[in-house]
Amino acid sequence: MSVAPDPNPTFSAFAHPERLVSSEWLAEHLGEEGLVVVESDEDVLLYETGHIDGAVKIDWHTELNDPVVRDYLDGEGFAALLSAKGISRDDTVVIYGDKNNWWAAYALWVFTLFGHPDVRLLDGGRAKWEAEGRAYTTDATSRPATEYPVVERNDSAVRAFKEDVLAHFGNPLIDVRSPEEYTGERTHMPAYPEEGALRGGHIPSAQSVPWAKAVAEDGTFKSRAELDGIYRDGAGLREGDSVIAYCRIGERSSHTWFVLTHLLGFEGVRNYDGSWTEWGSAVRVPIATGAEPGEAPGR
Amino acid sequence: MTAPLPDSLAAIRDDFLALGQADRLQLLLEFSQELPELPPRFAEHPDLLERVEECQSPVYIFVEVDSENVVRMYATAPPQSPTTRGFASILVQGLTGLAAEEVLAVPADFPLTLGLTEAVSPLRIRGMSGMLGRVQRQVRERTA
Repeated sequence: MSVAPDPNPTFSAFAHPERLVSSEWLAEHLGEEGLVVVESDEDVLLYETGHIDGAVKIDWHTELNDPVVRDYLDGEGFAALLSAKGISRDDTVVIYGDKNNWWAAYALWVFTLFGHPDVRLLDGGRAKWEAEGRAYTTDATSRPATEYPVVERNDSAVRAFKEDVLAHFGNPLIDVRSPEEYTGERTHMPAYPEEGALRGGHIPSAQSVPWAKAVAEDGTFKSRAELDGIYRDGAGLREGDSVIAYCRIGERSSHTWFVLTHLLGFEGVRNYDGSWTEWGSAVRVPIATGAEPGEAPGR
Repeated sequence: MTAPLPDSLAAIRDDFLALGQADRLQLLLEFSQELPELPPRFAEHPDLLERVEECQSPVYIFVEVDSENVVRMYATAPPQSPTTRGFASILVQGLTGLAAEEVLAVPADFPLTLGLTEAVSPLRIRGMSGMLGRVQRQVRERTA
């Protein structure tokens, strides 16, 4: 059973306002039948320091990734994970987290690979919840286990692989990394040197739109008008475009994928999760350096 | 011959290994809560602190070696980064009070021996390895 969307007028200009809930809405609906709150953070211990009452934790490193192959869980693994967390296929899942919902958006994108029908983000994540003085608890959450069905992961709709990117040239690419990574000065994000690549730069023709441009000071998403200004006027995206977003390992670009898909209404946006750690180490793929996007190679 | 791990670090390692996965995370959380505040002289001179670039969160360290050759390590990291605070706290508690040579002899893979790779992930633990490397470099600089 899912829960009715947050009717908050702030969201009404977005293409899919039902994908966001406000902190007020969540505070009012906590504990409601059919609603499961999930916390997903960069820091694996942050949840343990205090979390929204009743929230379960899902960690991207240890729970959403396959432990051996660079890939996500398979259908059976996802079913086992969600069953153990007490999430049903028809539950409304609201995800929130640290760092502007960066990892929360990543978790939401992984839920989308399995077609979980109703998954939303808490606008503003932990930062806004805290700024409003709302409560956390360190009480352990225990939800009765469910029987989440085994649903095969569908990679074709929202996920792009390196070959897809090579075939995509001529269509828009969005590079959501920092300007230093885009130009090729750095092969990793500031303070994240452990996830480097052999070459620096960007995929030719990609527009640079660092992911956090979509976020306002208080951690919520910017308004529809501001986002249109950034992605349509700024990066030149047009209605009907097929877009691929990428970053370093596909997490920051999940955030941009969320913005383009659910807030601005672009269809068929894909996240290239191999991203720069794959592209920047792959043999004989085209790379552009410097601040200019560069030309898309002929196919 | 490899030098034995100092007792302080061996005890911390054994404490982690004695626990199940979920409890190891809890122990790391306790370490993060025990990270001491910086002495006031660092608050007045933040330039003395070195940023650990290998960590995903802003963490700064400073190492002193006194005239008796005894090492003291200081670290600061924000409360929003408990994992990083926990890593720093393990090193502060395990290294402070050791002789400089003992600190330099700590094997680079010590962080990987704590049994946290499953609960925390190897990628995150690299941040602690980076921290240890920087402490050892500072000790070398101060004893050169």
